[in-house]
Amino acid sequence: MQYAVWIKNLFTLKFGESYKDNQPVFDKIRERLPVTIKLNVLSLFLVYIVAVPLGIYSATHSYSLGDQITTLFAFVLFALPVVWLGTMAIVFLCGGDYYFLFPPGGLTSIDYAPEWPLWQKLKDQIWHLFLPVLMLSYAGFAGLSRYMRSGMLEQLRQDFVQTARSKGLPESVVIYKHVLRNSLIPMVTILAGILPGLVGGSVIVETIFSIPGLGQLGYEAVLARDFPVVMALFTVSALLTLVGILLSDLLLAVVDPRIAFGRRQ
Amino acid sequence: MASSNKEKGTKLSALVWREFKRNGVAIAGLYVVCFLLGIALFADFLANDKPYYLRYQGKAYFPIFRGYMVQLGLARLPPELVNVEYKTLDNQAAVFPPIPYRPSNVNLTASFAPPSAKHWLGTDKLGRDVMAGIIHGSRISLSIGFVAVGIALVIGVILGALAGFFGGWIDLVTSRLFELMLAIPTFFLLITIAAVFPPSIFLTMVIIGLTGWVGIARFARNEFLKLRSLDYVTAALALGVSSRKIMFRHILPNAMAPVMVSVVLGVAGAILLESGLSFLGIGVPADTVTWGSILNEARSNTFAWWLAVFPGFAIFITVLAYYLVGEGLRDALDPRLRGLR
Repeated sequence: MQYAVWIKNLFTLKFGESYKDNQPVFDKIRERLPVTIKLNVLSLFLVYIVAVPLGIYSATHSYSLGDQITTLFAFVLFALPVVWLGTMAIVFLCGGDYYFLFPPGGLTSIDYAPEWPLWQKLKDQIWHLFLPVLMLSYAGFAGLSRYMRSGMLEQLRQDFVQTARSKGLPESVVIYKHVLRNSLIPMVTILAGILPGLVGGSVIVETIFSIPGLGQLGYEAVLARDFPVVMALFTVSALLTLVGILLSDLLLAVVDPRIAFGRRQ
Repeated sequence: MASSNKEKGTKLSALVWREFKRNGVAIAGLYVVCFLLGIALFADFLANDKPYYLRYQGKAYFPIFRGYMVQLGLARLPPELVNVEYKTLDNQAAVFPPIPYRPSNVNLTASFAPPSAKHWLGTDKLGRDVMAGIIHGSRISLSIGFVAVGIALVIGVILGALAGFFGGWIDLVTSRLFELMLAIPTFFLLITIAAVFPPSIFLTMVIIGLTGWVGIARFARNEFLKLRSLDYVTAALALGVSSRKIMFRHILPNAMAPVMVSVVLGVAGAILLESGLSFLGIGVPADTVTWGSILNEARSNTFAWWLAVFPGFAIFITVLAYYLVGEGLRDALDPRLRGLR
């Protein structure tokens, strides 16, 4: 019976109150959700912006020196632990005894004022978000550019590429119009695969840069054994993942016209 | 693949090894992996506060070797050496390891010493030698990597084999289970479970293993699906061999090669996860020095750059080496790439 009540509360998003300070969990999450979403959307955007051109370059120049360098570089990026890069950034770039290029944490400057002009607010945001977003993204550059490369190579082997070339289409049209479109399909599918990792990945990044997002909330809740918050976070991140998968399915229809929802004409 | 091997008359393992050897980067990775295993194995001989050899009160001792015997219960420490400080002992002769510290040696007078001839990579807040911490930390990292992946391998192969071999509703159920596991934020689940239980290295291994089997299971399932329709399986079935025997004696050895790739990559992933956990101070006991825990100290003491640079570099090199070996193995196993280089 208690379980039924609990399930019902879960489905109606009534997460109850936090053990720690008796604040409603729902409000806590609503407060922090936008921060994490902003971080992750920005980093996903950055990942695709960087990885797709890199993958195209690697595939069209496959086995050249440039391709080998990007391959090696991708491996190095992939193996770099976030905990290390993040700590190094904090030690060497964020005040301390060395350079002070970026703020050591938080989302806004101490003297942040709501009446600042828009450009100043924007500058402040970028200044604060630059390192965290970079930390969330760099491993993605490596992984996705590899996928893009192998996807494109797979397409380049297909017969239709031969046909397109033999009917005299310029190489750029072949690549960007025929091959690219087809190799974007797996890239969109992968989006669904990397979404669940994002909330977990932001735990470390948000903790290193003291950003008040879901990851930090989760870390603090776990340490304090604040189970209503932990349960709520699991629910929310599962929901976010499902929404992400839905979005990537919808995107798939945009990229691949053969996939159509609804009835055929 | 099986038929092409027969034509060439070479075993798959020999073929893969030949391909692997041609990949210079992967071989370099393999050397690094072996080097790290060596360090982990001989950590006590590389960084120890006990000498290899000691002459004291006219008698000769071998404290490190004696220490192993004591741990195994084969010998007792001589009473004159119980709880002694070897470095301040009035000894006639002693040969110390290159790093004469253990990671647990606290020396508050040498707190936050920068790298020097005495402490090659500096010391932390409690004056513990960072080099000794990194050397002994390799044991924790590698053992967590191997044991966790071992657990994941057993679960993954069994579930994947069941799903792939029997198909039908079993496949349906297990595949949904895989999808469910994929939708759960693993790292968050990991810190939740690890924080609920009292910190212990063994538990960390188990938890990482229990949350990390999905990739291996999916690989194994796909391999079993592919292999079960081959003629030799049908032949075995017709001979009345039991399903269990077909699965584990006939199919598994052939399915292992591609699964090995995800195992090698999984070790790297588990080491990364462990460093993340101990960086957050979860899972590993507070007095245990690991690569992640040294990094964590750098976060609150930003002037001590050596605490940030060296342990992280150790994680990076280890993970990179395993990735290179794993990728080399994948390329060597891919028949499409054979003879391309």
